Amino acid sequence: MSQTEEDKLLNQVTGKSYEFGFTTDIESETIAPGLNEGVIREISSKKNEPEWMLEWRLNAFKIWSEMEEPEWAHLEYPKPDLQAISYYSAPKKKKELKSLDEVDPELRKTMEKLGISLEEQKRLSGVAVDFVMDSVSVATSFKDKLAELGVIFCSLSEAVQEHPELVKKYIGTVVPQRDNYYAALNSAVFTDGSFCYIPKGVRCPMELSTYFRINEAGTGQFERTLLVADEGSYVSYLEGCTAPQRDENQLHAAVVEIISLDDAEVKYSTVQNWYPGDEEGKGGVYNFVTKRGICHKRSKISWTQVETGSAVTWKYPSCILKGDDSIGEFFSVAVTNNMQQADTGTKMIHLGKRSRSTIISKGISAGKSQNSYRGLVKINPGATNARNFSVCDSLLMSSTCGAHTYPYIEANNPTAKIEHEATTSKIGEDQIFYCQQRGIEEEEAIGLIVKGYAKEVLNKLPMEFAVEAQKLLTISLEGSVG
Amino acid sequence: MLKIKNLHAQVGDTKILNGLNLEVGPGEVHAIMGPNGSGKSTLASVLSGREAYEVTEGSVDFDGVDVLDMDASDRAREGLFLAFQYPVEIPGVSNMNFMKAAINGKRAHSGLDPIKGTDFLQKVKECASLVELDGRLRDRSVNEGFSGGEKKRNEIFQMAMLEPKLAVLDETDSGLDIDALRVVSQGVNAMRSDERSFIVITHYQRLLDHIVPDYVHVLSEGQIVKSGGKELALELEEKGYDWI
Repeated sequence: MSQTEEDKLLNQVTGKSYEFGFTTDIESETIAPGLNEGVIREISSKKNEPEWMLEWRLNAFKIWSEMEEPEWAHLEYPKPDLQAISYYSAPKKKKELKSLDEVDPELRKTMEKLGISLEEQKRLSGVAVDFVMDSVSVATSFKDKLAELGVIFCSLSEAVQEHPELVKKYIGTVVPQRDNYYAALNSAVFTDGSFCYIPKGVRCPMELSTYFRINEAGTGQFERTLLVADEGSYVSYLEGCTAPQRDENQLHAAVVEIISLDDAEVKYSTVQNWYPGDEEGKGGVYNFVTKRGICHKRSKISWTQVETGSAVTWKYPSCILKGDDSIGEFFSVAVTNNMQQADTGTKMIHLGKRSRSTIISKGISAGKSQNSYRGLVKINPGATNARNFSVCDSLLMSSTCGAHTYPYIEANNPTAKIEHEATTSKIGEDQIFYCQQRGIEEEEAIGLIVKGYAKEVLNKLPMEFAVEAQKLLTISLEGSVG
Repeated sequence: MLKIKNLHAQVGDTKILNGLNLEVGPGEVHAIMGPNGSGKSTLASVLSGREAYEVTEGSVDFDGVDVLDMDASDRAREGLFLAFQYPVEIPGVSNMNFMKAAINGKRAHSGLDPIKGTDFLQKVKECASLVELDGRLRDRSVNEGFSGGEKKRNEIFQMAMLEPKLAVLDETDSGLDIDALRVVSQGVNAMRSDERSFIVITHYQRLLDHIVPDYVHVLSEGQIVKSGGKELALELEEKGYDWI
């Protein structure tokens, strides 16, 4: 690697608070709180966006202005004051710490338990990193290799500048601006996110992960991801991080769109561990995400998620099975503890003939939390011989928590075959005692039992994620049996 | 090995053990018999440290340590094993991972490194053959979908794996057909040694035909009311408990 390249990358790593490229005084880059057309014009102009992008945002804003915040979810929370948010620069305004000693000891303890390296601990908790040679070289070699194959993997802002034809063609095609309140808001004000394009017939040789896009880590509040897998391609994409992240942004309203063209396969894995708030639920993140993919002929989208964080989660990664013989999958483990609330699940919309979907959802509730599965399986009239198989299990760790299942099934074609299984069980004191009697300590016993319960889903995660996700489950539930 | 003195225990407000005394020496096999509700299973639960049972008086000395202050996992690590009357199912946790966690927990307690993979597998092979536990059962989730007999065999397999100093068998014969009873008993007998003691809790004499005890005790209303040699069991079988 040449000296200048190295310097450039190093700058990206160490200067990540200034990520958006305006390296002047950060305060001056913050737009006054509030949301109106002027603010959207300002965001767009600061990002130097083409006219069509601005028009798209303004259209979304117009739609959003006429919408109302949804209330159908099984969630209770004070509505965020959207006029009190500053829609620009806030995401990166993290205080830089001088050393790990300044980091919240609780947070460090968790990271150590997760086995996260010291260097990464620093990066994740916002400590100034002096020199992370390893990560830099890894990131570089990754980028070279991907470029060789024609894979585009960059920030969405960069893609708007460098690949406008692709962005213009696909953005909003799976999650339209008017889809829902938070998707409309995101469409109007999204700050950044990831863009990924896999060319025809290319099998992406590595797991694509935001982790390696160091300069883009933690893109903030209104993230938008657009992933296009061209015909016959394959990609496995990892989102998020198992390390706990504290963030001063209370509201996160992200959008993820996946386009899986004929014969393509996309595997999208998420481990979400945003700050859930304290034991009373104060200060936690609201995570209102719209994730959806569209499958063309014989293509496949597989969502795998492990959700342990956020105070309030509202999230339904979905598949539109448009093409004949397309396949949609959803594997989820959602853990709620203390005062956390999660309303999560999926939608499988069958349009294509012989389209198939599988849903495996495992909810784990502890403390006084509320955990809901909400899923829709819809078979349209044209979807001859469509099949769905769903399993929704709930595990209760305490007598004060709640688990709810809301399965919606709409079958409009007589050849459809739909199976739904659901169970609710309470983690047994008998099971824990049995483990203890064999010499396994209580915490480890709970870990074993919960991992066993979630095994079907954990097995779907890529290796890198699986180990940390298992540890995360154990940590999230420490001391929670009651 | 084990000295139980004046043990009183209750669940909620119900007193179940009322001043129980029992001494078990190294290598001895003691059978505890008694009618339903006499406190047999409570004794097993109290010894192994189940939380719902409150000890109000008395002491339990296990190889020089007072186990009443220890939690269940520490008692197990000290070498106390309970073969459950109703073994518990743990879905998704393979029998092998479960055993590995148990063995390594015990080893850590004694300051040893985790067991080597090859040693572990060798041990599994030996212990499984002891109770004719086939590979299919070893690789399945703990007790999940096992028949009653398979569950009991799995208990004895685990006992062999963990090599306890004292094993309490809580109605291990319940729900077993004659063949399974023979296999389970063979496993237990193979484990008998000068250092290892057993407390065999049972309703029926027939188990004691296979596992021959050194002593037989009769439990009634939370106390041992009669003790004797193995012939006492035969007498009970003939005359019933009312005779005492």
